[in-house]
Amino acid sequence: MSLLSGYRGEPGYSLGQKLLQINWVLVLLLCMLTGVGLLMLYSAGGGSTDPWATRQAIRFGVSLAVLLMIALVDIRFWYRMAYPIYAIAMLLLVAVEVAGHTGMGAQRWIDLKVFQLQPSEVMKIALVLALARYFHTLAPEDTGRPVKLIGPLLLVMAPVALVLKQPDLGTAGMLLAAGGAVFFCAGVRYWMFAVVLALAAAAVPIAWDMLHDYQQARILTFLDPESDPLNSGYHILQSKIALGSGGIWGQGFLQGTQSHLSFLPEKQTDFIFTMLAEELGLVGALGLLVLYALVLAYGFAIAFSARSQFARLLVLGITVNLFLYVFINIAMVSGIVPVVGVPLPLISYGGTAMLAIMVSYGLAISAYVHRETKIARRGLSEE
Amino acid sequence: MALRQHNEELRRTRSLTRRALVLGGLQLGLFGLLGARLYQLQIVQTDRYSLLAEENRINMRLLAPPRGRLVDRFGEDLAINRRNYKVMLVREQSQDLKKTLTLLQKIVPLEEADLERLARDMRRSRAFIPVMVAENLTWDQVSQIEVSAPELPGISIDVGETRIYPLRESMAHIVGYVGPVSEPELKASTDPLLQLPDLRIGKSGIEKQYDKRLRGRAGTLEYEVNAYGRTIRDLKRQDGEPGKDLVLSVDSRLQRYAHERLAGETAASAVVMDIYSGDLLALASVPTFDPMNFVLGLSGADWNRLTHDPLKPLSNRSVYGLYAPGSTFKMLVALAALEAGIGPNQTVYCPGHYKLGKSRFHCWRRWGHGHMDMLDSIRQSCDVYFYDVARRIGIARIAAMAKKLGLGAPTGLDLPGERSGTIPTKAWKQEQLGQPWQIGETLVSAIGQGFVLATPVQLAVMTARIANGGKMVTPRLLRGLRDENTAVRITQPMADLGIPRQHLAIVKEGMDQVVNHRRGTGRRARIKEEGWEMAGKTGTSQVRRITMAERARGVTRNEDLPWRRRDHALFVAYAPVQEPRYACTVVVDHGGGGSKAAAPIARDLLIETQRLAPLAAPALPLAAFQRDRQES
Repeated sequence: MSLLSGYRGEPGYSLGQKLLQINWVLVLLLCMLTGVGLLMLYSAGGGSTDPWATRQAIRFGVSLAVLLMIALVDIRFWYRMAYPIYAIAMLLLVAVEVAGHTGMGAQRWIDLKVFQLQPSEVMKIALVLALARYFHTLAPEDTGRPVKLIGPLLLVMAPVALVLKQPDLGTAGMLLAAGGAVFFCAGVRYWMFAVVLALAAAAVPIAWDMLHDYQQARILTFLDPESDPLNSGYHILQSKIALGSGGIWGQGFLQGTQSHLSFLPEKQTDFIFTMLAEELGLVGALGLLVLYALVLAYGFAIAFSARSQFARLLVLGITVNLFLYVFINIAMVSGIVPVVGVPLPLISYGGTAMLAIMVSYGLAISAYVHRETKIARRGLSEE
Repeated sequence: MALRQHNEELRRTRSLTRRALVLGGLQLGLFGLLGARLYQLQIVQTDRYSLLAEENRINMRLLAPPRGRLVDRFGEDLAINRRNYKVMLVREQSQDLKKTLTLLQKIVPLEEADLERLARDMRRSRAFIPVMVAENLTWDQVSQIEVSAPELPGISIDVGETRIYPLRESMAHIVGYVGPVSEPELKASTDPLLQLPDLRIGKSGIEKQYDKRLRGRAGTLEYEVNAYGRTIRDLKRQDGEPGKDLVLSVDSRLQRYAHERLAGETAASAVVMDIYSGDLLALASVPTFDPMNFVLGLSGADWNRLTHDPLKPLSNRSVYGLYAPGSTFKMLVALAALEAGIGPNQTVYCPGHYKLGKSRFHCWRRWGHGHMDMLDSIRQSCDVYFYDVARRIGIARIAAMAKKLGLGAPTGLDLPGERSGTIPTKAWKQEQLGQPWQIGETLVSAIGQGFVLATPVQLAVMTARIANGGKMVTPRLLRGLRDENTAVRITQPMADLGIPRQHLAIVKEGMDQVVNHRRGTGRRARIKEEGWEMAGKTGTSQVRRITMAERARGVTRNEDLPWRRRDHALFVAYAPVQEPRYACTVVVDHGGGGSKAAAPIARDLLIETQRLAPLAAPALPLAAFQRDRQES
């Protein structure tokens, strides 16, 4: 039984056939996004591939290889591995949490040389995998029974609690939202969402007390950024200035004064969208949104074409994850939501988020390549 | 079973598709929200944010223009600028300010006052603005600092300009000196230049009088800075206007000579003036000071010594010193008498004193002069004659003539804070002292004593106006200036004072006889060179009251008195007698008799003046300007 040749009872695709089946347009879109990112990193480096663009390109090359490898692996393998992957992700999360308490500082990643493995990023994928598998096996009528939802809720809450403790507000929010999206698509009743939302609202004051001071400050300055323009509000205000000064056509590639004169903080990472909008204007910014929208649309198309519930939920969860990255990042730099430290996937400098997205889309493309594959509800061998 | 499962699967697929579409719609809506937000920021509010972006990145700096130079009438340098190496400190770049300054002090010693000023400057400016720590560094210090640069973060060397006064002491009282801007000066002015921490402005003399012209107008440099305030590049440079170069009326050779000639006296002053143009050719005063001390930094002790010295070396006695003019006032009384209709040939008998009621007013000559007409009385300085005349014409006429000749009010000389002096009248006394005028005070005023006070410059103006035939000449130090590349010569119109020529001729004849007549009081100081002869008038003004008792036992000789109580010696003169050109005043503080102490100095000055012939100077010394342009 080969990993790549498919499982028993399936149409056995050869490797060549599988390569043809890969959704190359989607891969091209991902390359285009990365290309835009590399251009912006070139600009952020002051018109130089050093120090960011080259390293980011190398990371993309590695990530692309990983994507293709994942894409060619049978979807049923990923189905089988869903829980083990989740378990490993949890272990890693606990590990950094423990390490954080034993004197390694607030480090949230494990160094893998080319990439820094951030367990919370792994968890974003693992959670979707685990939930997709759980709901795949759940009988449709059971989705209406609250008792059956306790398990998946625990799957969501355990990592959220750990991530919140780190504390990483952005990731916790994304895990919650992505998990919620899978619950929603799996057919959980609307009223249950209503109950959970009501409970969440009631919990806000308690949660507020549990937040760290700097997290509270971030939210407060978000609500009134100009109250403290030199400290916490500085990032939001400078980002808005840079964005606004871009206008329709922007100040021109490599010409963004605010980013190049360092008024814009973190221009190569979290605030790279601001730099793009400053240099390329509203036109460039909307163009980028369109690229992302196309990638998201492909996700929906794959979900609709897949025959197994696991694949559908997996792809939708992955799509929601990407959407959350993009939305939170842009909303953050344009001052709609507080600064929570979420990168712009494929554009921001940094390997972790890029690898996470490429692995996700490897899974999504695997779902596409194996869209005809059916997975039995109660096991792999069963039809 | 299979069918049920199939239906169930179908329902599940439908539900998922429906819900996925809801999810997709939600995502599309949120992307729409992002688009709307970008539209709001980048289209609707773009002007506001563009402006904020420009404010973020563009800073402005003032460019100090070079200060105008000062040259004398022949183009000799009086005040120039020289490169000045300064230690600058950018607070922001220095991690440990104390440590940096301690290290720096091993190379450049800093005094307590320097550190205080530094602290003040740092409070006034932002952390990334360079502040001056010390200036006028030697080349040795500069290279030491350059070598130690790695241990001195935030320290840099800047080249500025220092004012140099090549003639030092002899020119100090005319040119003055520059110094840092004080807080009140900063508040009083709207010129943005004054905010430059290392700007120097005129503190006294010509430097203060013409400070605005010398200072020029600030240029601006717009430059781009990054978020840390570091300069990235210059954007727009607008050159200011350099300070104007000024040509002064003085002849530095004569000034130096005058200064040397006075140097033997404890305190004295001399004025030499062109009687037609008003050009002050020399304006000397001792004791003096070295203006370079102010430029190079004066220690607190030295400053205290200068300001508390009872001889006031910082003050120009010829402009700020007030003296009773004594007998030099007599020409003026004579002119008033002539105007009042008293004939020059009317005589007064001088028995050595004049009786007014029970009081006796003494003549300087105890045994009297006998019968005196106007010429006799000027020549021999007979006090009794003037007591008598003054009593007849009254103080009002004397005061009116004094005003005409330039006393009792600032002459209009272009130095800051010129004193008015005092020409008393009845109204003046009532106002100042609240007491009625005593007739005796008229008599005392007639011999330039009592309330009468004048500055040496005023006496020179008086003499010039007599010598030039009653023209209202005004003394001046500014002769011309360079505007752009053309030289402008400043000339002034002279009104006639309306004093009849014959009257002036009589007084001038009297002054001629004072020096050149066999019995004149200033005969010993006469100029023997033919054609250079001077006319003049001695003056000895008392600074103490001579009591009856003292008079009875004989007036104490000046030499036997402590210096402070001795008489002031004065002499006013003009030359040459035949065709007058120069007026001169010499005052020797507590020098004793005018004929002995002051007249010889006036003689030497007038000889030297005529030898140097300063009136031969070009309209403006353009060569000096040419030289300047080559240097810069």
